[in-house]
Amino acid sequence: MCDSCGCGDSDIVPVAVHERILANNERAARHNREHFHDHQVAVINLMGSPGAGKTAVLEATARVLGPSKKLGVLVGDLATDNDARRVRAAGIAAEAITTGSACHLDADMVHKGLHRLPWRELDVLFIENVGNLVCPAVYDLGQDVNVVALSVTEGEDKPLKYPTIFRKADLVLLTKVDLLSVLPDISIDRIRENLSMVMPKPLMIPVSATSGQGIDEWVRWLEDLKLVSAPSHHHAHGDAHDGHAEHHHHHHHHAHR
Amino acid sequence: MHEYSIVQAMFDQIESQAARRQAIAVKRVCVRIGRAAGVDVPLLKTAYDTFRVKTICEQAPLEVEEIPERWSCPEGHGDIPPGRRLTCDQCGKPATMASGDEIVLERLELEVP
Repeated sequence: MCDSCGCGDSDIVPVAVHERILANNERAARHNREHFHDHQVAVINLMGSPGAGKTAVLEATARVLGPSKKLGVLVGDLATDNDARRVRAAGIAAEAITTGSACHLDADMVHKGLHRLPWRELDVLFIENVGNLVCPAVYDLGQDVNVVALSVTEGEDKPLKYPTIFRKADLVLLTKVDLLSVLPDISIDRIRENLSMVMPKPLMIPVSATSGQGIDEWVRWLEDLKLVSAPSHHHAHGDAHDGHAEHHHHHHHHAHR
Repeated sequence: MHEYSIVQAMFDQIESQAARRQAIAVKRVCVRIGRAAGVDVPLLKTAYDTFRVKTICEQAPLEVEEIPERWSCPEGHGDIPPGRRLTCDQCGKPATMASGDEIVLERLELEVP
């Protein structure tokens, strides 16, 4: 009610909200992340265009890392579970998240997908996002790292055309490098240079799922992810236990960090 | 096309704000969108206009404040202009983003009885 004159008209009140529009997704992502950390699962959000070679990279990864680590995959796709079946054939636990018309995965879809995967037993969970260089970049899923697959046939200026997704990448896998011999105009150095304009810490590994080139380096990068190599009970021996500060084990641990 | 899901999330926020204050209508919606946030502003406006029909926002124009993309040196050596390498010339440290990633519901004007 308008109090000043008693005319009975309604009032217009300004309300300062200052809330991130995707706050709900971010809450769900935090929830996923806590689960993953509690069970020491390293989680990779793998993004890239349709046809960039995301599934082929996972198949190649399974061949090298599969024997020593428990791997799992959640595959987001608009329709079909073809990619999930391909990955399963390579010996990895995989479930499809069929998004219908949605162009990206969000934290809630991942959470629901987890119910169908024995994810607690995994060392590494790959979330293969919907093939798209725009929308997936905006949604946190609870992952530890973002990896973008970029194939050599997509053009050197892809990072400049789609800066947001590359900015958020911790690593870019330059895929299909076995094709470079028939692509004389494509320069890896120019791709690297373009990445350095959009990624503050540019990091790129050229790989080929066909020839196996670079797959070892990619697997080493995965093994170096803190969660894969260092179970969290190591951290519990850290600064929280002051009484053990002089303990030999403690020094040893930090000297190698 | 994630602009549609952003608008959907925004409507949820607006509806809870309106319900909390028993508003009968929303008269204005103001958002802040960073230029590097991965949101297409014309598409966001189209999505908003599609969604707002027959909702509490029917009469509320959407105002979008676009926030420029800014990078700076983490050691205080000043701004690093976008469109070149994102490392500091003086110390070589990777730049940190100062602004441009915002997707924020900033302000509403509500009609209350």
